[in-house]
Amino acid sequence: MNYRRLMLIGVPYLWLLGLFLVPFIIVLKISLSDIALSIPPYAPTLDLSEGWAGLKDFFSKLDFDNFLFLKTDPLYWKAYVSSLQIAIFSTAITLLVGYPIAYGMARAPEEWRATLMMLVILPFWTSFLIRVYSWMGILGKEGFLNATLMWLGIVDEPLTILNTNTAVYIGIVYTYLPFMILPIYAALDKLDISLLEAAEDLGCTRTSAFWLVTLPLSRPGIVAGSFLVFIPVIGEFVIPSLLGGSNTLMIGKILFEEFSSNRDWPVASAVAVLLLLIVVVPIVLFQRSQERQAEAQK
Amino acid sequence: MAQPSKTPVVFAPWEDQTQKPVIQFKNVTKRFGNFTAIDNLSLDIFEREFFALLGPSGCGKTTIMRMLAGFESASEGTILLGGKDISAVPPNKRPVNMMFQSYALFPHLSVWDNIAFGLRRSSMPKDEIGARVDEMLRLTRMEKFAKRKPHQISGGQRQRVALARSLAKAPKLLLLDEPLGALDKKLRHDTQFELMDIQEKTGTTFVIVTHDQEEAMTVASRVAVMDHGKLIQVATPAAIYETPNFVYVADFIGEVNLVEGNSRKVGADKYEVSWAEGQTALRGTCPREIAEGTRVTYAVRPEKVAISAEKPKDAANAIQGSVHDIAYLGNISTYHVMLPTGQVIKAQESNTRRLANRHFTWDDQVWLSFTDTAGVILTE
Repeated sequence: MNYRRLMLIGVPYLWLLGLFLVPFIIVLKISLSDIALSIPPYAPTLDLSEGWAGLKDFFSKLDFDNFLFLKTDPLYWKAYVSSLQIAIFSTAITLLVGYPIAYGMARAPEEWRATLMMLVILPFWTSFLIRVYSWMGILGKEGFLNATLMWLGIVDEPLTILNTNTAVYIGIVYTYLPFMILPIYAALDKLDISLLEAAEDLGCTRTSAFWLVTLPLSRPGIVAGSFLVFIPVIGEFVIPSLLGGSNTLMIGKILFEEFSSNRDWPVASAVAVLLLLIVVVPIVLFQRSQERQAEAQK
Repeated sequence: MAQPSKTPVVFAPWEDQTQKPVIQFKNVTKRFGNFTAIDNLSLDIFEREFFALLGPSGCGKTTIMRMLAGFESASEGTILLGGKDISAVPPNKRPVNMMFQSYALFPHLSVWDNIAFGLRRSSMPKDEIGARVDEMLRLTRMEKFAKRKPHQISGGQRQRVALARSLAKAPKLLLLDEPLGALDKKLRHDTQFELMDIQEKTGTTFVIVTHDQEEAMTVASRVAVMDHGKLIQVATPAAIYETPNFVYVADFIGEVNLVEGNSRKVGADKYEVSWAEGQTALRGTCPREIAEGTRVTYAVRPEKVAISAEKPKDAANAIQGSVHDIAYLGNISTYHVMLPTGQVIKAQESNTRRLANRHFTWDDQVWLSFTDTAGVILTE
């Protein structure tokens, strides 16, 4: 391997090493430490001035106590399960909402597609926080939604949506919809219309041609979109803490509370490491499906 | 005309009044907005025919095919299939299958499943489907590749799978849209004969769309030459080539020398065309009556023009000129002979001898001669 190639490959490796692996090792180390009333709020800290003995002392003080602690309090595993549940459901809802939109975009007249694509991406031009706050304005007791519903006479009393799981779902589906739409749109856009004509020619109705040809061929888009929604939603923190209520249990919220309110960095780090392990499974699955797809296109 | 019942060897149902066409276009017009793709077209296609629609791109040949498949409907007129109007029948209910130009194989299904796709949509029992798919695989010699996905086989093999898939349901009519366009020349030639073989074996009516005149001539029982949404001439390949009705047809099919002039009747179907001052008039044939002095085009194929050093004694037509250019194509050579009038006439000779023994070279004075049946007189 020559020098130039090494340089080229070296840059992304250094990037990943410096910005992913090193921080992860720091978090992992904190998760194995104990809470302490000091700055930083954990012990031990690595002191290289004491040489080999100091290093040995440092490693002997690391343990898995924080991970064992996570087992003792049902709050944690309930939060993990609830996060998974919310992630699965909201991915499913996003798919159900996003697929027809992507399909409509792919079937729209050529001259409309750029505009439609723009409309999907447009919300990204506003700060994410502002968009979540505006949902608070819409969903609140005196919000736009309740005002409209009462004005139309559909409800007599304002609905309680804000600070419930429903609001969390609305927020998540709204925020992550573009991540679902874009890969599905990309898959449907590539779909050769003559395949559908061939299906019809061979005896399919329009509906069965959709199930037998369109849907299987847009599967890579569905898989990509689902992972792009599912993985970040598991650790989502802003949406459940702003739109969710006190009984909305999500691991991102717990993580934040352990870090800031409890100032228990070691337990928070343990929660984070465990979350990462949970998310790694779908990431690996996602990569394998991407590889299979690349293989198929060769 | 010949009696087909007495001479069953000749396949010519279009000359038999008692034969019922399987497809009938009756004054069909198709418009896309302001554009008229098909212009008041009437056409009969008979059972077991291998019918070629030939024309430049945009001439409407693909539109005809898509109307037969059911993807387009006629703006005016009716299309009958087996005597029944099919305008209201959706594509999935028509006994018509199509082989797409892009092959349109389902990329997520194996070769076997692609062929079985249409059968599974029908009411055929499962074990019969398997037998039929295997039969189609045998017919197209694709047995070994049944488990492969379309992206794992070559272009020629994909073409065969597409053919097998479209034949699997044993359609009354098979439509082939530029079926060999994506293949290289040698493979295309082989496949043309294979197509004819399969057509004969299955007895299906084939309608093929192509812009390749050689392909149309090779495979088809009849060729329809199209231009601007109209049929210019519908006839057997030989008739299209030897006795074209229109200058457009003569020019579109193969190579041709065209000379304009004024006609004068000299025999039953023989005419003289005076084409240049001081030159002997050209004698040619036209089965139709032409008024004296009509402006006509005299057409003669290069291979029917003989080239010689001496003036041939009893040739109907003989003109002198000098060799301007020689195109050596291996099996034949085309001599471009410049006449004193400045016109260039092409003459073809088979290279039966080695190149070193060639008779003529550049700037040689030569005589061109051809019979009065080789020359065809066209009025339009």
